[in-house]
Amino acid sequence: MTQAPERYMGGGLPRKEDPNLVTGKANWTDNIKLPGMLHMTMLRSPFARAKVTHLDVSSALEQPGVVAVFTGEDLADEWPGGVPCGAVVSERQNTPFFPPIVTDEVRFVGDVVAVVVANNRYAAQDALEFIEVDYEPLEPVVNMEDALKEGSPLVHEDLETNECFTYTAGVGNVDELFDKTDDSEDKGAALRGPEVEGRGDTDEAFSRSDVVVKERYIQQRLLPTAIEPRATVAYPDPGHEGYVMYSSTQVPHLAKVVLSLATGIPENQIRVVAPDVGGGFGSKLNVYREEILAVVLAKRLDTPVKWVEDRSENYQATIHGRGQIQDIELAANSDGKILGMRVKLLDDMGAYLQLLTPAISVSGAAMFPGVYTFDAFSIEIKGVFTNLTPTDAYRGAGRPEACYAIERAIDALARELNMDPVEIRRRNFFEPFNEPTANPAGLEYDSFNLQAVLDRAIELADYESLRQEQQRRREDNDPVQLGIGLSTYTEICGLGPSQALAGLGLGGGGWEAANVRMLVTGKVEVATGTSPHGQGHETSWSQITADVLGVTPDDVDVIHGDTDAVPFGRDTYGSRSLAVGGIAVWHAANKVVEKGKKIAAHMLEASEDDIEFEGGKFSVAGSPDQNVSIQDVSGQAYLGADLPEGMEPVLNESVVFDPPNFTFPFGAHICVTEVDTETGSVKIRDYIAVDDCGPVINPTIVDGQLHGGLAQGIAQALYEGVIYDEDGNLITASMVNYMIPGAPELPNFTLDRTVTPSPSNPLGVKGVGEAGTIGAPPAVINSVVDALSPMGIKHIDMPASPMRVWKAIQNAQGQQSGDRQQDAALEASGADIEQGGDA
Amino acid sequence: MRRIQVNVNGVTYEHEVEPRLLLVHYLREGLNLTGTMVGCNTSNCGACTVLLDGQSVKSCTLFAVQADGHEITTVQGLQENGEWHPMQTAFHEKHALQCGYCTPGMIMASVSFLKENPNPNEEEIREALEGNYCRCTGYENIVKAVQQAAGQTS
Repeated sequence: MTQAPERYMGGGLPRKEDPNLVTGKANWTDNIKLPGMLHMTMLRSPFARAKVTHLDVSSALEQPGVVAVFTGEDLADEWPGGVPCGAVVSERQNTPFFPPIVTDEVRFVGDVVAVVVANNRYAAQDALEFIEVDYEPLEPVVNMEDALKEGSPLVHEDLETNECFTYTAGVGNVDELFDKTDDSEDKGAALRGPEVEGRGDTDEAFSRSDVVVKERYIQQRLLPTAIEPRATVAYPDPGHEGYVMYSSTQVPHLAKVVLSLATGIPENQIRVVAPDVGGGFGSKLNVYREEILAVVLAKRLDTPVKWVEDRSENYQATIHGRGQIQDIELAANSDGKILGMRVKLLDDMGAYLQLLTPAISVSGAAMFPGVYTFDAFSIEIKGVFTNLTPTDAYRGAGRPEACYAIERAIDALARELNMDPVEIRRRNFFEPFNEPTANPAGLEYDSFNLQAVLDRAIELADYESLRQEQQRRREDNDPVQLGIGLSTYTEICGLGPSQALAGLGLGGGGWEAANVRMLVTGKVEVATGTSPHGQGHETSWSQITADVLGVTPDDVDVIHGDTDAVPFGRDTYGSRSLAVGGIAVWHAANKVVEKGKKIAAHMLEASEDDIEFEGGKFSVAGSPDQNVSIQDVSGQAYLGADLPEGMEPVLNESVVFDPPNFTFPFGAHICVTEVDTETGSVKIRDYIAVDDCGPVINPTIVDGQLHGGLAQGIAQALYEGVIYDEDGNLITASMVNYMIPGAPELPNFTLDRTVTPSPSNPLGVKGVGEAGTIGAPPAVINSVVDALSPMGIKHIDMPASPMRVWKAIQNAQGQQSGDRQQDAALEASGADIEQGGDA
Repeated sequence: MRRIQVNVNGVTYEHEVEPRLLLVHYLREGLNLTGTMVGCNTSNCGACTVLLDGQSVKSCTLFAVQADGHEITTVQGLQENGEWHPMQTAFHEKHALQCGYCTPGMIMASVSFLKENPNPNEEEIREALEGNYCRCTGYENIVKAVQQAAGQTS
């Protein structure tokens, strides 16, 4: 009797990545030392906006160890393309030229004025002090609403406006906040799909509704804070007459293209390697000026050049996340059924456009309806330039913003109608479905069973008991009040179908490549175009391959992150890797089996149709003793001496997978908080997350992704927020004053999952990397507001720091006792994000 | 320049160093012990945590000269006879790491902590690790790993 083949998919295989990481043998970019390697440092602007009126580097050049100092003028010929932006969300989008080193005007604190190259990093750092610069400070633009006012200073004077783009979608007017101008145009057509034509007009929906809630929310800027700061080593590669860049990046393949566009060096003369990468969270989904400079200087000086970011540079010069002012209106009937939604966003670009800056809010636009089905939806987004660090993708990238807005607004609607937040959600959910179904923005969701995740979350939380406890505490006037916050979310993953990405202004190219080859000895190499930096692809791709080929994960080696070693791919971001890249691996492994079947039939002298494959063995149907192992088949294929006529030798199959649709994981989260009304401190007592990301390849890894995502979502809700002063100085410029949560700040999580396969790929998988970051912020804030709602508190902006919560309580109590004195700082919901974190 | 003598992971080194050279740069660039990393430069994140005479310290805020005459243990000196330290095994088995950049510092801080408090409760573990940031795991599995290494679970 043959043993049933072991199935690795679905099991919590311990990670193959770990041994190097727990023993200190990992290969970080900063470890790299090369003969003749020089170190690069940047002179960064201390002003948010200023003319550079005088720049003299001669003293710096005389400092010990200094090899060269360059200004923007010295190198301007080296970057014809500047730092490229890959997103065009409107034909009238303003895309300013983004020079790696400025030549005339600095536009944010951290902008680059000059670069020093020296023979060690201390010498390079020292020499910065000797560069003479005179600045003529100009009034900066630090606030989006001010930026759009007539007569505002301009971030880019040549553009004659601070507006980057206007994007509209849906039917109906989004009125007051923005002036409708003739450059408002609809680039969302490809995204919204054909059904949108039949969708209702929001004006009409609002006019016939019983109730309208109108809310304003602030998405504060966040610092992604990968624990490994960025680092880059570039060196000439004489054999290829080209250049190699090692970089702490999520996107070696995109970097290869972008470096070529920026510098004019032919793409086929650039090799990019992402060695071990210490976290990214979207912040390394970019190609930065420092990477371009490292390559340019390696070329100029014909020697290796290294740059390592320190944390203050990371906070000034690596992209920030979020940065939106959200106006959202819901129209509903008195029974809680939503009729329509209008959304107006201001989206903070910062001073320049990085790789995807304008696409972040636009790619989240169609997600504002969330998990609710209703008729009418319209949205307008304005991208706005400010003299602040550029924004771009941070974990969730457009979806946490959308999810927060709808999940806060639906709670506001429940409060208005005196309904339970569970009930109002149920009344607006989609019924379960397994085939693509359009949401109110026309986006085709893949498969949902929202009732199941919510039921399970309520059961795990023991929701009724919690409400009873809450009631008791309210009646007892307990100084510590209980909050129960819900969030039922979906997110768009599996980026993505190339055609749909083109509709989002990203040009396309959402496919992923994989190569699976069985070697002569029966070992397997998998080369993937995904580029992991903590997600465990080496383990998960091994599980997939092992199951398809009937080998063990230890037989499989996964190769990634080197553009010379793997098929050209599209890298890792947007919870795309499994649903696109993992599927490419699965298809390629299946192609190996299909070819193997032909060879096995030849070896067994049987018809190919009669060959069965299971557990690594090809056998003749009905005659299990007539069999040959896949390893033997591989040997035969490799030797090539006795193969079916016309067949190419070797088991080596490549696939490029372009998915037919995105995937849409969903879930229900319940956050239970204890809010101390005397101190304003918020403690998360329980956090229940029931998520559905389709079938799970490695539950241990999936739970880990959820933990980390929840931690970052809770961090946005309670702890983190970028603070700038009115001059555009970054106040949260180091870990000393930017509060990322440590172990004492975070709870244990209660996780469970349901499994609703996606029709978008053959394994039904959906993706999970950003789920927690998307679901958590509204669950937490809903919980805090729920705890304090008897006081009349309806909203507290993120981060809900003890000071903010305490002030809200003081203000509410003052109002209740008839004291109308308003604490100015409590104009919280209208506060500028720049003053957004008085923690 | 000053001459220092430091025992690192059982090996005694003597070097002339600049007084301002940070210990972490001495380890990484002077001794090629790249298992200890820099994450924040302000001693908040703990990625650079090593043991100085058995006590955890942050090597980005010590000068190399302050280690003169002392014993330093880094993550690369934790193994004995080729066997992983129980804390390394626990981190692997409890999936207490993802990108792994904070891991060496986290492991060293945890090893030091269990020497001080061999049987901690969860709250004590969380408090003890407050000086080590992890951006990937949300800490729950790190706490479980420390509990396992303390013999509280298997």
